[in-house]
Amino acid sequence: MRRRVIFRGKVLPYLLLAPQIAVTLVFFFWPAAQAVRQSLLREDPFGLRSEFVGLENFRAVLADPLYLNAVRNTAVFAAAVAGIALGAALFLAVQADKRIRGAGVYKTLLIWPYAVAPAVAAVLWLFLFHPSIGLIGRALNAAGMAWDYKLDGAQAMLLVIVAAAWKQVSYNFIFFLAGLQSIPASVLEAAAMDGARPAYRFWTVVFPLLSPTTFFLLVVNLTYAFFDTFGVIHALTGGGPGKATETLIYKVYVDGVQNLNFGGSAAQSVILMAIVIALTAVQFRSIERRVHY
Amino acid sequence: MRALAEDGAGEAAAQAGRRRRAALWAHGWLALGVLVFALPIWITLVGSTHDAGTIGRGEVPLLPGSHAVENYATAWAEGGGRFRTTAAAAMLWNSALMALLIAAGKIAISLLSAYAVVFFSFPGRMAFFWMIFVTLMLPVEVRIIPTFQVMVDLSLINTMAGLVVPLVASATATLLFRQFFLTIPDEYVEAAKMDGAGPLRFFRDVVVPLSVTNIAALFVILFIYGWNQYLWPLLVVNDRSLETIVVGLSKMIGTGDAQNEWNTIMATAVLAMLPPVAVVVLMQRWFVRGLTETEK
Repeated sequence: MRRRVIFRGKVLPYLLLAPQIAVTLVFFFWPAAQAVRQSLLREDPFGLRSEFVGLENFRAVLADPLYLNAVRNTAVFAAAVAGIALGAALFLAVQADKRIRGAGVYKTLLIWPYAVAPAVAAVLWLFLFHPSIGLIGRALNAAGMAWDYKLDGAQAMLLVIVAAAWKQVSYNFIFFLAGLQSIPASVLEAAAMDGARPAYRFWTVVFPLLSPTTFFLLVVNLTYAFFDTFGVIHALTGGGPGKATETLIYKVYVDGVQNLNFGGSAAQSVILMAIVIALTAVQFRSIERRVHY
Repeated sequence: MRALAEDGAGEAAAQAGRRRRAALWAHGWLALGVLVFALPIWITLVGSTHDAGTIGRGEVPLLPGSHAVENYATAWAEGGGRFRTTAAAAMLWNSALMALLIAAGKIAISLLSAYAVVFFSFPGRMAFFWMIFVTLMLPVEVRIIPTFQVMVDLSLINTMAGLVVPLVASATATLLFRQFFLTIPDEYVEAAKMDGAGPLRFFRDVVVPLSVTNIAALFVILFIYGWNQYLWPLLVVNDRSLETIVVGLSKMIGTGDAQNEWNTIMATAVLAMLPPVAVVVLMQRWFVRGLTETEK
């Protein structure tokens, strides 16, 4: 879409664009290009020498059992976070959509966790699940379960999933509620008139109508679980114990910042870029579909 | 006839009963949801009002204690945790400055670039637009090392500018403003031209005032985005005087050793989430609007 009436100006539009484009070039495009370049080089940790090695870094990364471990962790983590956050949010949104008193109050009380930083969410859950100072952590130990997320990989994974999902429910809730409220009452009344039971009505009428929202949220939640949860893992487990909670993003950080393996870290970055591009493309196609719908 | 009417009344009563039961269930589930959301916060709030020994021994209290004032005073002025790394007052200031600058910066440069793309025709217009758009696909997380190297080359490490400037590009804000600008009627532009108003004047006197609602909605979202930054400050800042509260809080915890001074850490956690939560609750309408608009 274009405007019919526009201003004339040869230099002005470029000046207006300059700040945004400058930041974009210096801090986005240049580093991204460097990541691609470094992914094809082998560099010593002091950055003194480097040689072109082609796809060697990618081969090394993909053959690394620790990388495959990170892939597995990311898959489990992302699927669980998206599943829990979407399921809980949809359920709560359906309840809040009913004509009940105080719906607005519930809404306010359910959306504020969105404002809590992922790392702070992690800290809050640590206070609950710490084996010796946490309310639930101590209760679990008292009940005979050996709970210590600092020693047990599965428990650590569970905890980062809960902390990451907890924060994301609010976001999904807002979108599901908006989606539910945009379903015309006449459609629901028609279904009710046909004598369909509420649960049946939900799965055959409401849920299909919500599917564009659900799909959009699924992509957003996966993106969140992939990229925005670094803080949760860094604050809570540091990728441990024994790399049990090391996700792809976390590994890029560990290899690049701590192990100074620039080539390997860059190759991982390039793989992640491909994932983001794919997710973004899917997201925009889903939005197009939503507009037509 | 009468039997039929009674039948109808009976059914209506049954229906009302059913509805009441359904509403009761809805209240129950929502209350449970609210509780699950609030539980970690409540424990943190309570913990921040007890002495370090009580929490360290694992005697988790469920009701507030009497040490609130001293805990918050310590966290505020000296810092939380065993090592008293950085005072919360300083970290809150850093976070607030960073969040405000990021939000204001993103809005300012996105307004300008959307204005250029919508109200002018010039060679390369679409190319620039796509360049901005593509940044959506390049989050910091996927280009950690090379971006860090750029920061070193520009000597932006350990500076407030280094925290803010690389984050002020915004594809979402630019897209949102572009969409909105396209709805401004051509007649406005014609009238402005007839009055002899130039593009900058039109921007200042017409476009910006019309965008106030969008700016407010975006501001809420972007302030929270800025406040909650984690990886970027972690990479760019190792000078304690520039520590932000979210990163500082996680550093206090270290490896999660039980022998830490948890009460002041909990007080710091409360201080760390108070500003963004207050923004969301107080500006709820703008927040919901900003969220749903930017994701369109």
